[in-house]
Amino acid sequence: MKVEFDYTRSLGPVLSQFMSALKQHSILGGVTSDGRVVVPPPEYDPITHAAVTELVPVSDHGVVQSWSWVAEPVAQQPLEKPFAFAQILLDGADAPLLHAVAVDSPAEISTGLRVRVVWAEDPTGTIRDIAHFEPAGDGSSEGSASMEFGAPEVTGIVSPVKLAYDYAASPEETKFFRGLAEGKIFGQRCPKCEKVYVPPRGACPVDGIPTTDEVELPDRGTVTTYCVVNVPFQGQTIPIPYVSAYVLLDGADIAFLHLILDIDAADVRMGMRVEAVWKPREEWTTDLNNIRYFKPTGEPDADFETYKHHL
Amino acid sequence: MRDVAVVGFSQQQMKELDGSPTCLEILVPIIQDLYEQTGWTKSDIGFWCSGSSDYLAGRSFSFVSAVDAIGTLPPVMESHVEMDAAWAMYEAWIKIQTGEVDTALVYGFGKSSAGTLRRILALQLDPYTTQPLWPDTVSLAGIQAREGIEKGLWDEKAMAEVVARSMTDAAANEWAIRKGATSIDDVLAQPVYADPLRRWDCAPVSDGAAGIILAAGDKAREARQRPAWITGFEHRIEPIALNARSLTESVSTAAAGTAAGVDGVDTAELHAPFSHQELILRNALGLPGDVTINPSGGALTANPMFSAGLNRIGEAASRIWAGNSDKALAHTTQGPVLQHNLVCTLEGRN
Ligand SMILES: [Zn+2]
Repeated sequence: MKVEFDYTRSLGPVLSQFMSALKQHSILGGVTSDGRVVVPPPEYDPITHAAVTELVPVSDHGVVQSWSWVAEPVAQQPLEKPFAFAQILLDGADAPLLHAVAVDSPAEISTGLRVRVVWAEDPTGTIRDIAHFEPAGDGSSEGSASMEFGAPEVTGIVSPVKLAYDYAASPEETKFFRGLAEGKIFGQRCPKCEKVYVPPRGACPVDGIPTTDEVELPDRGTVTTYCVVNVPFQGQTIPIPYVSAYVLLDGADIAFLHLILDIDAADVRMGMRVEAVWKPREEWTTDLNNIRYFKPTGEPDADFETYKHHL
Repeated sequence: MRDVAVVGFSQQQMKELDGSPTCLEILVPIIQDLYEQTGWTKSDIGFWCSGSSDYLAGRSFSFVSAVDAIGTLPPVMESHVEMDAAWAMYEAWIKIQTGEVDTALVYGFGKSSAGTLRRILALQLDPYTTQPLWPDTVSLAGIQAREGIEKGLWDEKAMAEVVARSMTDAAANEWAIRKGATSIDDVLAQPVYADPLRRWDCAPVSDGAAGIILAAGDKAREARQRPAWITGFEHRIEPIALNARSLTESVSTAAAGTAAGVDGVDTAELHAPFSHQELILRNALGLPGDVTINPSGGALTANPMFSAGLNRIGEAASRIWAGNSDKALAHTTQGPVLQHNLVCTLEGRN
């Protein structure tokens, strides 16, 4: 299972200047109340807690203060082959910057090694404009005295986050999904209160004990409540307006969410009797989407009394 | 202050949980075990608090699903922290101090094996200038370890001593993942992985869950013959910026320890996910040489996220119940390289 999101973050005055400078291949440090130059600059002074206002350019050359070898890089790190993460004290700064150093083996890096910035090809106004550092020999530089201060060009950053998970189904969920592949719907009954849960849960939320008894349920039931979707959203596949409803399968105690189609959205109502419309058998997988949607059965509506405790 | 004690503790730790990220499969038996230990039922519990993270589960509101393990009809008073459950216990302890409730059940859970743990934990770093580089937990610990080595504060042998003692002690812990009689030479013979760290210097990726029951005064005496009374409970945090604090000492642990009071402690369960971090913690707390450290084997032998810290308190309390300790200290950490630290001291009374 993959989860992705581009975090969009606005920047305060200090980091706006810092990121704008990075975009111009310049690095700024913040001057703190004790006269130290800190990179990246803090928004607030660590001692007086006053806003940091003085920013000064520092060099893009520096010295490794401490490091660790990354034998197996993970996704989205600055380098894809093994490298070192290091605390780097830039010339002109009093506190180290954490970044990557490109060397081929741990033998090629040591504390005290002089390194310099390798700038990214396409500046974005983020910390990734420093692509990584590389050994600098005895080189040094004054940083960019030509840096122009003014209204910052960069006032926000986008941080893409991509995460991957191996999602394991619980034993009850496994039963449920395997059943779906055969056109069956399995729920679980609580041994104490005898409520039937579908999709099944590992424990009865009323009693806090494992649900143990498997129950096969029919693919028809009653609409307990519903909403008409009128607002378009990203990834939408069904033309609006359409109905998303809680369907209480006959014999179940908890309704679950599904689509109601083959009926005008305005005619859907609480108590309406519905049945599942399955995909063609050859398309069945271990997925609730084997049921494309629910459609009206044409039976008389269920009496409110029959589902009022299941709302 | 009200006298509050730990009266129940149950845990499960494993390399890989064959189950869902809500950990319901192991939370249900843990809560049942806590009822058996105390002789109580759901109606005896006044407050519930849990610690877990959606980033670990890879789904939103995962703690809401975990509430199924409690059973919530009639409704219960419940809260959650996106922190190790030791901080959930802190909230529960405050709740009992207010006098609103007399008992609380605290639990934590996490399935670290579902994703790449050292990478996911980069999301707890400064989101502007640090997280976008995805510094993984092991690399940050490696930088911290090297700094201490090169400053002469500790060496590889001292780190190996911690590993050897932990794995040897863990042999008796049914829940430890990495364990067995181990010598310093055995440790030093292991290849270096994330230079300067060996794999054994780093806690194993672990899944698990744990629960604790707290009770005040007579209610505690009713559940346990020799309750583990809480004598100090403090936590302190340091800046998120990795260049705004010294990584080779832990001033937050020292401050929490001073506030909680460490005098007379005979046993300490320290939450050190990396071997050199135990050396930092021991130094920060100023523990005398005769204090028994991590008799359970500690986090180097199993470190389930969001319950490993609570386990330290549970392990310390268990030793007090058994009469093996009169005053014990439990420590928990969270955040990058020992950013946030909690100290809980417990005593047995005769
Ligand atoms: Zn039930």
